[in-house]
Amino acid sequence: MAKILSQKFYDEMNKLEPRYPNKVALMLPALHAAQDETHWLSSEVLEEIAAYIGCHPAQVREVASFYTMYNLKPVGKHHIKVCTNVSCALRGAEEIVGHCEKRLGIKCGGTTLDRKFTLHEEECLGACGTAPAMMLDNDYHENLTIESVDRLLNELEAK
Amino acid sequence: MNIMHPDGGGGVATENLFAQHFKNDEARFIDYYLNKMGGYTALKKAFGMSQDDIINEMKKSNLRGRGGAGFPTGVKWGFIPKQSAKPKYLVCNADESEPGTFKDRDIMRYTPHLLIEGMVIGGFAIGAHHGYIYIRGEYTREAKLLNEAIDEAYAKGYLGKNILGTGFDFDLTVHRGAGAYICGEETALLNSLEGKRGEPRVKPPFPAQSGAFAGPTIVNNVETLAVVPFIVNRGGDWFSGLGKIERSGGTRLISVSGHVKKPGVYEINAGSMTIREIIYDLCGGVLGDKKLKAVIPGGSSAPVLTADEIDVVYDIDPLMKIGSMMGSAALMVVSEDYCVVKLLGRITKFYAHESCGQCTPCREGCKWMEDVIERIEHGHGREQDLALLLDIADNINGKTLCALGDAAAGPVMSFVKKFKSDFEAHIRGGKCPNV
Repeated sequence: MAKILSQKFYDEMNKLEPRYPNKVALMLPALHAAQDETHWLSSEVLEEIAAYIGCHPAQVREVASFYTMYNLKPVGKHHIKVCTNVSCALRGAEEIVGHCEKRLGIKCGGTTLDRKFTLHEEECLGACGTAPAMMLDNDYHENLTIESVDRLLNELEAK
Repeated sequence: MNIMHPDGGGGVATENLFAQHFKNDEARFIDYYLNKMGGYTALKKAFGMSQDDIINEMKKSNLRGRGGAGFPTGVKWGFIPKQSAKPKYLVCNADESEPGTFKDRDIMRYTPHLLIEGMVIGGFAIGAHHGYIYIRGEYTREAKLLNEAIDEAYAKGYLGKNILGTGFDFDLTVHRGAGAYICGEETALLNSLEGKRGEPRVKPPFPAQSGAFAGPTIVNNVETLAVVPFIVNRGGDWFSGLGKIERSGGTRLISVSGHVKKPGVYEINAGSMTIREIIYDLCGGVLGDKKLKAVIPGGSSAPVLTADEIDVVYDIDPLMKIGSMMGSAALMVVSEDYCVVKLLGRITKFYAHESCGQCTPCREGCKWMEDVIERIEHGHGREQDLALLLDIADNINGKTLCALGDAAAGPVMSFVKKFKSDFEAHIRGGKCPNV
């Protein structure tokens, strides 16, 4: 089977391997590194990770499916995750989510037709003092307002 | 000393250990740490002490775990067996998953070397040669900053082989989580570190006997480990004296969020302020000068307090005495015009989502409570629903492997009891009386 993951992935894993007493412990780092390359974790990617770690693909899937950060379905080019937990809810997260849904024309969990954006509600991001907060791909954006969200989306849409 | 952050947050403490360095983008670099903060002098001192001496100083310091349980750190370290056939590990819990908590993020991004030095000392004290920092997956930037600081420490010989020529080896690895509240629970965290689903383990054995990779393991919160250099340098008695209340030493980093004018991370001497003083003196009062409705004092799992209960001293024992908890020192403030039924619904939805599913009472009960609260919120509740909620909560509380069940039950029981009239108004009037 042709490999999907790059040499960079394997180099990174080989560098990490001596830091753990066994290879299974590379599971989360491997899933992160793989997702950074492929945006979502297809069955083929999970199988490739299993082959590298030396375990059954079902073991990789059972772990990947436990954690919310691993995408087991395709996502858009940009992944917006708006925190709606208590502190963000108290500071207007609902309006932010509503605005994103309206502007992108999708509901939470959905992806735009041009596959540019996926929108999710997120549980606590640990940025409660600068609520409301969201993650856009790997970055935090805090003290959100409707205007600041619009500015971010404008920039991405212009790209 | 009174240091305020330019954009809210800040510290009021007679001894300001952390807050003076927060928001300073130079503080994370090793040169600043060495030159301005006395960096790695505690490590040199610790190498001149015996393991027992260090653990005794920790015990004297009255440092209680900053992650939530408040267990005395020195006592915990003392549980590690001296001899072990398997390697021992020191694990830092940087999952910071309790909603409302964001203090450890500031330690990691502004003063990462305090954590690194604290971990090398901790590793030396318990005889561990490898440490892991398990950081929540979303903190990608903080993980990067930590790795940069760790690289600096390796380059200067404070990590790695034969540290400072003592023959002591210690490696430190940042391990990212991937979005699961339960991984803040220490045995779930260890499973996650081992590459498994983050499901809590049956205890005993406790991690000090069999933890990471079946070796004796200590799991400590970020702030807990980051104060270790101060304790070693200035002594357990000095640290204990910073606490203004018995059995609680040091300063506390508190995360304040919700309806206050100046949310943020503040540093106070342990037990030196009431919740009222924190809200009105430190944080400038309730947003929009509205009336206070409720305070969740220790992260979302802490039983709620009413506006009449905020003259309590903000520390572990006083809060426990009034039936709540300080938890991770995260205060969430709620003003009069926010619906408390909706708020409880949001909290319960979170626990239902985050239940790992191992224990039936938690897996089924949390979802059931979420459904009942939702129908009450939307005006479809029944008279018997409040008794039903208390009954479900009672059947979760104390009946699960880990504390997530209790964390879900506590808010339900306290909200329903303390804000009963709000719930009844929803059931009888079909809508919220306050919004």
